[in-house]
Amino acid sequence: MAFQIVINLIIACMWMFLNESYTFASFVAGYLWGILLLFLLNRFIPDTFYLRRVGKVIKLIFLFIRELVLSNIEIVKLVYKRQPQFEPGIFMLPLDLKSNWEITLLANLITLTPGTLSVAIAHDNSHIFIHAMHIDDIDESIRSIKDTFEKAIMEVTR
Amino acid sequence: MIETGIDITLNISVSLFILIGTFFVLSSSLGIARFPDIYTRLHAATKASTLGISSMLIGTFLFLYAEHDIVSGKLLLAIVFILLTAPVSGHMISRAAHKSGVKPVTANRSDAYEDALQKHRKNS
Repeated sequence: MAFQIVINLIIACMWMFLNESYTFASFVAGYLWGILLLFLLNRFIPDTFYLRRVGKVIKLIFLFIRELVLSNIEIVKLVYKRQPQFEPGIFMLPLDLKSNWEITLLANLITLTPGTLSVAIAHDNSHIFIHAMHIDDIDESIRSIKDTFEKAIMEVTR
Repeated sequence: MIETGIDITLNISVSLFILIGTFFVLSSSLGIARFPDIYTRLHAATKASTLGISSMLIGTFLFLYAEHDIVSGKLLLAIVFILLTAPVSGHMISRAAHKSGVKPVTANRSDAYEDALQKHRKNS
């Protein structure tokens, strides 16, 4: 992936030199030509086309924004209820992600999603402890976190 | 005529973004006042205020662009950093509260972290 980005930058700089116009616009034009070349010559370059991974990152960002808005609406609903119903509690979520920054990302995402707040991470990085507004539907929230966030993060990082 | 139409829509969207932002920040502070313990209060503080502040910043960004033709990168960066830092501070505050012995209000005593900590203490 890094190799492909370097090639792309080199093509963009070459395009600037060939045009003899050293502006940002010509750099962008060269970068777009580089993307096209990389896409066409994909078979001869190691690794898959890197924009595919960039697309997955964008998908993750949109997922994040959607969950953020949903969680806010839920919190606002709870705030304005006359008698708010709470059944809070802390539950444990087994982690499949291994590296530190993946877990950091997951904890951030969990905190900004509906009804969950990450409290702590186990010493051996095997579990994450989550405070939930409604402890009843633990299984539901475990499944949704596993299916959406962990999968999306894994697609980006591996 | 076309320009005035664009101006009106821009003005309306700027005020909408800022009003929605203030509404979310207001409800987050109401939540901090109303919820029972520190963990549920952190729910209100981390979630609603992030969206509220980012929506206000988007409104400001649109206003600066429409009124003064400034594309302010600082505001966009501020949104990114708020989204990055608010969950981290929520995590740290809740962990610190738990470590210093604040018991969460729980339904039928479901506190997995306390159980795990006790097991850890027993083993070591």
